[in-house]
Amino acid sequence: MDEPSATAEQGAGDGVIHTRALTKRYRGGQLAVDGLDLTVPAGSVFGFLGPNGSGKTTTIRMLMGLIEPTSGTAHVLGRPMPRATRAVLPHVGALIEGPALYGFLSGRDNLLRYDSADPAADPRTRRARVAAALDRVGLAAAAGKKAKAYSLGMKQRLGLAAALLQPRRLLVLDEPTNGLDPQGMREIRALIRELASDGTTVFLSSHLLDEIEQVCTHAAVMAQGRLITQGAVTDLAAGIRGRLVVTTPDTGDAARVLKERGVADVIVDEDRVTGEPPDGEPADLNAALVAAGVRVRGFGVERASLEDAFVALTGEGFDVAG
Amino acid sequence: MLQVETIGSRRSPLWTFGLLRSELAVTFGRWRTLALLGVLAAVPVLVGIAVKIETSDGSALGGSGGPEGGGGPAFITQITNNGLFLVFTALAATLPFFLPMAVGVVAGDAIAGEANAGTLRYLLVAPAGRTRLLLTKYATTMAFCLTATLVVAVSALTVGALLFPLGDLTTISGTRISFAEGLGRALLIALVVAASLIGIAALGLFVSTLTNSGIAAMATTVGLLITVQILDQIPQLHAIHPYFFSHYWLSFADLMREPVYWDDLVRNLGLQGLYAAVFGSAAWARFTTKDVTA
Repeated sequence: MDEPSATAEQGAGDGVIHTRALTKRYRGGQLAVDGLDLTVPAGSVFGFLGPNGSGKTTTIRMLMGLIEPTSGTAHVLGRPMPRATRAVLPHVGALIEGPALYGFLSGRDNLLRYDSADPAADPRTRRARVAAALDRVGLAAAAGKKAKAYSLGMKQRLGLAAALLQPRRLLVLDEPTNGLDPQGMREIRALIRELASDGTTVFLSSHLLDEIEQVCTHAAVMAQGRLITQGAVTDLAAGIRGRLVVTTPDTGDAARVLKERGVADVIVDEDRVTGEPPDGEPADLNAALVAAGVRVRGFGVERASLEDAFVALTGEGFDVAG
Repeated sequence: MLQVETIGSRRSPLWTFGLLRSELAVTFGRWRTLALLGVLAAVPVLVGIAVKIETSDGSALGGSGGPEGGGGPAFITQITNNGLFLVFTALAATLPFFLPMAVGVVAGDAIAGEANAGTLRYLLVAPAGRTRLLLTKYATTMAFCLTATLVVAVSALTVGALLFPLGDLTTISGTRISFAEGLGRALLIALVVAASLIGIAALGLFVSTLTNSGIAAMATTVGLLITVQILDQIPQLHAIHPYFFSHYWLSFADLMREPVYWDDLVRNLGLQGLYAAVFGSAAWARFTTKDVTA
């Protein structure tokens, strides 16, 4: 990060995104975001997780200056939002709640329009930058086609291209792989990693936990408008204990032995018996199973996934919050 | 965070007009806009052909005397003597509904249409700037007002020249003016007609900031236009008539007097300016503080 200049707002902290007690109450009285304290470190790929209706999109819209917070502050690139939108947003590429395109314009003309909306974008390099962005998302061949003829995946790519029209310091990507086939998802993830390795901070919201786990260095979890946790992905998953997994055809006997040995939360699932790992030496358990005549085919402790962490933290799956 | 300042300071102030250029290209490149202009261009053709057929046996149209006498729009009886009068007739025929309806469609869709398509949020995070976007939209709507009026005028002049004789013409006051001066008056009238649409353009833009549905904004604007036109016909409401944006619209005919009678023309332009100021400010106040959730 650069040294903060003398004119930089105080209280911005050292994050690319920094919010303090950020709150949004809609006119109906509904509290969408409740006292959010979020810090996104520079250079991170930051995963933003939460069930539908948890306030992720409202937060992103407040960060982009589209919605005025009811109270609290949001700083992006060290400047207050929404006051500093014109200075900040040329450095931010965004994909918010899916792409939105002019169906009657070609893909290229869509990008030319979005680029001309930015008064900081140089018109002399406009066509070259648009061509480069189209190329980067693999749309160069379809650039002349009307956007209404695009598939969902192509629209998604065009939306991403709009975020990449200029070198950005921050990319805010809301569900960037939505509507893409597996090959497209891999390409976009590779692109995100490539951008991140160039030093761009990426703020990524996704409902695909393995996607967050694959590309993100940091993550935050929201539920019902509140921030439940944030930190490095490895720390989040490490906070949750893994599970003991025994693979055996004799599941009944195995479950009984494990329970006798004080293993809690024993669950039988086809040929797998899982439970909370014991405090002592796991090898002793294995010996006990073998001694009881259980044919053990596999034995080990599975590392907790981010999904486990997520469920443990929110106490729910991806059901819509009421 | 120094870069935020440094890159920003290298921009050229001229770059800000890129959005206006894009907006004009998008608006006038749309099939919908071209269809509206096509309909407007067809009106003088229909009027011209109808008058030609009606008078082909050599009889005078309607048989009435004065320039504003008889049925139909102003000046219609003069067309057979001079094709230039088709311009005035066509503008008088389209100004009450066709022209303001077309403007209502373009103005109503300006912000609400972008919100409906979701493109508004991407323009704003580009960042277009809310005031800049609103000014761009208003300037484009004004450009449409002017284009639409000129389309009617040029189409009428072409049809008039093809079907009827041209030459010196008689003003409403009975004096003769040359054809060249008549052309000048026609252009001036077209400009006044275009300026008469400023009020409804501002009104439409304000309505457009209130909703996320382009169709609703267009329907509301056109509905307001029809309501005002009807109320303007009810004599019991004459006390408020002078405040209707359409009340002085047909004052453009005063430009065909010798000397020109300016009172109503000035009142019309003043009223349009008032509407632009009031509804322009309301649109700005609404749009710059609104939560964009579409």
